[in-house]
Amino acid sequence: MFDDFFIRALAAGLGLAFVTGPLGCFVIWRRLSFFAGTLAHSALLGVTLAFSFDINISFSVLLVSSAIALILLRLQKTTKLPGDALLGLLAHSSLAIGLVVIGFLSYIRFDIMGLLFGDILAVNKKDLLVIWVGGAIILLILKIIWKPLFASTVNYELAEAEGMQPEKVNIIFTILMAAIIAISIKMVGILLITGMLIIPAAMARNLANNPQQMVVLSIIGGILAVLVGLFSSMQFNSASGPSIITAALLLFILSFLKINKLRQLKK
Amino acid sequence: MKENNNTLVKLENTGVQVDNKWLVKGVSFEVQRGKIVTLIGPNGSGKTTTAKLALGILKNIEGKVYKFTDKIGYVPQKISIDWTLPLRVSDFMLLTENLKNNEIDTALDLTGVKHLKNNDLRNLSGGEFQRVLIARAIAKKPDLLVLDEPVQGVDFKGEIALYELIKKISEKLGCGILLISHDLHVVMSATDYVVCLNGHVCCSGTPQAVANDSKYKELFGDRASTILSVYEHDHDHTHSTDGSIETKK
Repeated sequence: MFDDFFIRALAAGLGLAFVTGPLGCFVIWRRLSFFAGTLAHSALLGVTLAFSFDINISFSVLLVSSAIALILLRLQKTTKLPGDALLGLLAHSSLAIGLVVIGFLSYIRFDIMGLLFGDILAVNKKDLLVIWVGGAIILLILKIIWKPLFASTVNYELAEAEGMQPEKVNIIFTILMAAIIAISIKMVGILLITGMLIIPAAMARNLANNPQQMVVLSIIGGILAVLVGLFSSMQFNSASGPSIITAALLLFILSFLKINKLRQLKK
Repeated sequence: MKENNNTLVKLENTGVQVDNKWLVKGVSFEVQRGKIVTLIGPNGSGKTTTAKLALGILKNIEGKVYKFTDKIGYVPQKISIDWTLPLRVSDFMLLTENLKNNEIDTALDLTGVKHLKNNDLRNLSGGEFQRVLIARAIAKKPDLLVLDEPVQGVDFKGEIALYELIKKISEKLGCGILLISHDLHVVMSATDYVVCLNGHVCCSGTPQAVANDSKYKELFGDRASTILSVYEHDHDHTHSTDGSIETKK
């Protein structure tokens, strides 16, 4: 069944959508869009280190992204710079270091485009296993920390006061973010994973009126984007990753039209 | 006050400083089961900070805070809900505790906002939101309630009713309450222990003792101590949350 590259791409994309849906909601709720981007940028450094030391790419990206995320949490407490400045600092410096390291690895031919945009059609059976098993673990952990994480998203001090341990769940959530980037970098690449996290969740926000509903709609949006994106890339011979994100954008625009229509009906 | 196993939280000579400026210093008191402790003081005297010390929210503090319970209900002074969160009143009620539907209804009913259960949290008025906050804090049947100006923005009728509700809840649940209030009338009539703050503990004790303290008079003016006499009378009726009067049997 998974011998066909297109089936593998579909399976990989759908697996990704199940995980980016709920995580993306938290990205929106906690205003972490730029944070997701920073982690994705730092992933390039993770990839180059993987080549330098000949270790597994996903594992290396997970380590580097987690490290960057934890450095960020630390810097937020100890410096007086605003959060977005710190994110910019980490994003661009880790990207730059990654590119410098690539320069030294002249004996390896790098597919920079592949790193930036991924290649979902090149996913093999082993990648599929990583996505589905890794994704299931991420979702399971997210379900376990859901209540304290959500409470600290609504109000940090309230959560802290009532024993929800927001600091601990924040760190766990940050590592989950690094993990989803690590397992998806090969498929959608550095630049598009942020889109996969943000756009379906943003679409869901337009339609949902409670948190659970938003999570479900975000997953459905992601699934539709993968299906529409992949089939149209087959049809029009367009790049697969960017087609998925474009499809997600179209869904977002549709959701906009829908709320405007609902508003008119109410009047 | 002597320590005993009814103690829920105890502060020993606690203080906290930010950028080398002390917000509060040398604060000691304890909250016991079934008792209401009230913090009073002028603006900037460290009331909210002291409440946060008791809750264990603040880091790098001086002194010791002993917490003997994790079942805490907190009504913060300020809370803003981000518009990016689609949140109904019923979702908010479940924020830190798994409650049954009828437990949610009962709590919302007590504070007079049951009809708002399915409303979006962002569309509530200030007073309605405050009533939801109180309902959420009491719904989980906490051991310790920390209420930071819980009736701000609530209409006059509701204010009295909510304070009476708070007193009733402390008796019914047997929980301890740490209350911050500007309303000296209420403080002096319904509190077991008053801590008067002004960056440090200015004076503390029973409402009578504090009202007669010269430092209290200095801080709030002579007129403030006469408040007590007005409120030392028997009530022959009670107010329900919607403001209607019920005669005592």
